[in-house]
Amino acid sequence: MDEGPDGYYLELSSSVVKFDSVSKVTNVFFDDTNKQVFAVRSGGVMGVVVKGPSPATSTDFCMEDKGPVVSIKFSPDQKVLAIQRSKSSVEFINFLSGEMDAVEYSQSCKGKNHVILGFLWTNNREILFVTDHGAELFQVIPEKKSLKAQKTFSLAINWFVYCPQTCLVLLSAGTLGNQMYPLHVKQGNINKLSRFDVDIPVVPKPPKLCLLERDITLAVLYGEASIIILRHNPRGTGSPGAEVMVYTLVKMMTAKKTHVLRLDLSGRFAINVVDNLIIVHHQASKKSLMFDIAMRGETDGMVTYHQPVVGLQPIKPFTLSLPPVPSPVHTEPTHINCELYSPNWVVFQPNIIIDAKLGCLWTIELNLQPLLTMIHDKCLLVDFLMKRTDSKPVVIQVLQEILEPTAQNCSHLVVVAELFDHLNEVYCSFLQSEMQSHIGTPASSLSVSPSKLPPLSPKPWIVIDQSDMYTNVFSKFVERSRECEEGNSGKFVVWVLLEYIRSLTDFHIPVQHYLYELLINSLVQHQAYYQLHQLLQYHVVSDSKPLACLLLSLESLYPAAHQLALDMLKRLSTANEEIIEVLLSKQQILPALRFVNSVGSVDQVSARKFLDAAKATDDPNVFIGVFKFFEQRNLRLKGTTAFAKGEHCDIYVKHYTTLSSEKSE
Amino acid sequence: MAHDSILSLKYFYIFNSNYGQKEGEEAQKILYFYPPQTDLDTQIKNVGLTEAIIKFTDTFNSYQKCESLHTLKTRQLYFQPEEGFWMVQVLTVPTVTKVKEGVDHLEYQSDEIQDNIYWSVLEQVYRSFSLFNGTFSKILEESDLTKLRYKLASYLSKYLAKIRLQHADILDVFHGIQFLPLDKKTFLHVQTLVNLLECSFPRVQHTAFLYNDQLVWSGLEPDDMQVLYRYLVSSLLPAQMECELQGGPMPRQSTSFSALHYGRFASGPTNLQNTDIGKIPKVHLRGGAGSAVCHLVIYRALSATICMLIDEAVSLEIEFFQRLDVFLGQRLTKLASEIAEQCSHSSSTVPVESGAKFVYYNQLNRAQKSTVHLDNRRNGNISVPPDVLKILADLNADFMDRKPSTGETIVKTMNDYWVVGKLSNLREFYVVIHQKNANLIEINEEVKKLCDSQFKSIFFNE
Repeated sequence: MDEGPDGYYLELSSSVVKFDSVSKVTNVFFDDTNKQVFAVRSGGVMGVVVKGPSPATSTDFCMEDKGPVVSIKFSPDQKVLAIQRSKSSVEFINFLSGEMDAVEYSQSCKGKNHVILGFLWTNNREILFVTDHGAELFQVIPEKKSLKAQKTFSLAINWFVYCPQTCLVLLSAGTLGNQMYPLHVKQGNINKLSRFDVDIPVVPKPPKLCLLERDITLAVLYGEASIIILRHNPRGTGSPGAEVMVYTLVKMMTAKKTHVLRLDLSGRFAINVVDNLIIVHHQASKKSLMFDIAMRGETDGMVTYHQPVVGLQPIKPFTLSLPPVPSPVHTEPTHINCELYSPNWVVFQPNIIIDAKLGCLWTIELNLQPLLTMIHDKCLLVDFLMKRTDSKPVVIQVLQEILEPTAQNCSHLVVVAELFDHLNEVYCSFLQSEMQSHIGTPASSLSVSPSKLPPLSPKPWIVIDQSDMYTNVFSKFVERSRECEEGNSGKFVVWVLLEYIRSLTDFHIPVQHYLYELLINSLVQHQAYYQLHQLLQYHVVSDSKPLACLLLSLESLYPAAHQLALDMLKRLSTANEEIIEVLLSKQQILPALRFVNSVGSVDQVSARKFLDAAKATDDPNVFIGVFKFFEQRNLRLKGTTAFAKGEHCDIYVKHYTTLSSEKSE
Repeated sequence: MAHDSILSLKYFYIFNSNYGQKEGEEAQKILYFYPPQTDLDTQIKNVGLTEAIIKFTDTFNSYQKCESLHTLKTRQLYFQPEEGFWMVQVLTVPTVTKVKEGVDHLEYQSDEIQDNIYWSVLEQVYRSFSLFNGTFSKILEESDLTKLRYKLASYLSKYLAKIRLQHADILDVFHGIQFLPLDKKTFLHVQTLVNLLECSFPRVQHTAFLYNDQLVWSGLEPDDMQVLYRYLVSSLLPAQMECELQGGPMPRQSTSFSALHYGRFASGPTNLQNTDIGKIPKVHLRGGAGSAVCHLVIYRALSATICMLIDEAVSLEIEFFQRLDVFLGQRLTKLASEIAEQCSHSSSTVPVESGAKFVYYNQLNRAQKSTVHLDNRRNGNISVPPDVLKILADLNADFMDRKPSTGETIVKTMNDYWVVGKLSNLREFYVVIHQKNANLIEINEEVKKLCDSQFKSIFFNE
């Protein structure tokens, strides 16, 4: 692996969207709804190059220069292009057939003298104008080349922020800009959510706008719409530095301040959200902090205060390969080391970084591997990893490392115990939600494997279940400890297995039989028979026929295993046949008959089997007793003492005759 | 009226015929003699007689050594624990005075002494001695005869002073262990605490966990556990409880309230602020790979006791005990309360007992259970008449003699007691029922009911 111990957990995506960089003739726009970059040359006359994340969202076209473009965005289905060139109107061009329509149509905002601050496609045929006096929702009818007003909302506005994932618009009002009006645009309707105020640490005199658009980030964290607000505290001694406040919109109702992230830094910051993590980039140090609001922190009951999961770490250096420029005079360098945290960077949500000067668009990505060495607390690490997408192999890797029976690990059983409890807490809640979703379906179709995860689970977290632990962790290290038979490693395997079973039991999760088998095999391997005996005595291990058979086979090594096996067969209550076999094999003929009697299967058992075993004892009394017993049975069932032909008892009849004649002599 | 004499210990001696073979040197054979004030001549005569009897009987059956000698006034029991070494216990037969034809007549009650019980008592003396001192040959290997004599004298004089011979019964034959019934979850908590302890303190080689006088977990081999268990239950724990009742160093309260715990060392330092680690006994284990000598450190919190066996070679310092205390204090206190809760829960669900009393013993895991004995003190607090209790030991002797794989014996006494002994799959079960005018079928039915309720989860041939 190329990441050493000091690897980089943040990296820029290897696929870069390249576009014309900003210049005198080229204006660049980014639409964060469709993730498209528009490079508009000379107002569109020289062409508009659109680059999106896929070929379907990349195109180019030319349009007339009707003045400088303020904003340009396609509808989500790429059928209608909206261009804002003036303060009060937006023009539309249809791309219904994929080709550009020659005719533009226009829509002005309703209020006279209102200024359009921006427009948002909230739907394929729905557009929201945000003006300095409120919001206006229109239906776009491209076939008629017209728009139809639907809803309006009036309010004096400083600025706004939009989150395309949740269709949440956040409006800033008031002199300080700290009165927040969240709007939820949904199916032709503007849904007004309750207003909230962001507290301003020091109100300037005279009052002026303090909370700015660039300090606000809208995101979705763990399935909930969240408002992330950067707060610069005034410099000075004792100042805690900047903080990030997270407001959560529980069920899209009311926003509540729920988390505060402690940065302990000041300067310029930018925020990205990757995999439910908040990444705070700090320009001065050219490093980033990572926060996870799902981690534990100090709390006052309402708000949780978080320290970064990982301290300041830089993004992995990025080298841009340029296609070789065919030049007869000199060859341009084909590789450029991109400047990270450059002043030309513009950050968009959730995870986009644009270098306007270089003409590059990246997404920022998380690399979990290096975190294994950065987060030292293993419980914290596993908790953290379990909440990341596609992290299962990494979690398993961590478990493999910590459970490897090395001398160092052997002294950390306390951590292992805690770790198992964390794993199983998630496993348990998963099983419970699974159960709830299965209520009404027959119990036989229930499964404990997480493969049937409902697609719209609110917490698509990683579940490490028993079969994962068995196949990836336990069975492997049991093999390994078999190879190096020394020290405490053997005991450690047993300890870890017991600890895991203990944790499952504490969470009321039924333990799968293969874990028991592994436990028993490990105990047998280390000849800890008495320990095994006590575990069976307290019914730690569930009964089963295979287990009983395993115990029977251990009798030569540990005599008590025979008794344990018989007890288990008895408890199973479906193994009467086996009990008879075991007793007969021990030449306990009369106990076997007594047992048959007690379970009421006298009429079914094979006479031959018993007579054969009785003959083998070489005790004439036993044989005669058994023979008489079956003669009585014959008499009762068939009215005669004779054996039926099918029973093949001729040789025993002969043996009986010999014995009784010997006796009478 | 003449005073009846009770069963008592007349002599107890240990000798080895290989020593002092020359005439006049017989006294060298004797390693220990009780009572110690016995004159040498009597000692030599007794040993000589025993030697002669053993030699004489040997000519008839050299595979099975002579185990006991019955005389009118004494009962002698012989036990050869190690090659050449013989332990002998001489008991006086109790007497009663009966008036026959107007004349007082002294009658010796030879039936009062059951060989199998007192032979087991003798064996226990040896096993207990060797747990704390090692085997005779090992002591000789490491030092000399004088040392062996000294060790025997100092250990046995104390041991024999406490021995309660007249209350010995069937339980001394079994020498069993009482296990605490627990549910799986609580047991796993005990088990994982023990594992954590052994993991965090690799010096701890073996661990045993008791709750009150019942065993929950043993990391020792059953043979060693049996002897250690007897020591804990009959000697150490009663003394500890006495001390706790009298308000010994209990409970220590740390500065923070949450850190309150009740843990303390029962063997080890009494005060963790001192450097004195106290007197820690050493035990000689037989089980496992060869014999090993270990420190026996015992820690208690509430009713839970943890015995930790630490290799003799390790020197113990106060820091070690301080760390142990920090590790165990709260954990053990919490676990003890959890077990207490479970026990009170399960004891309230036990159905009302019928009149039948029983004694159960499993030869394989040494588990024993008795409703005949009302406590674990072994001072004769029993729920059936002593003569009925004796029948149990007789039935056991009969089973051991005949060695059947399964068996059943039913005895009815003159005073309407029925004693049923059952043996199945190396488990012994003795039931005592007091019922007037009962017949065999009714008693059989009663025993079957009891078996069904007690042996739901095991295979017990009926």
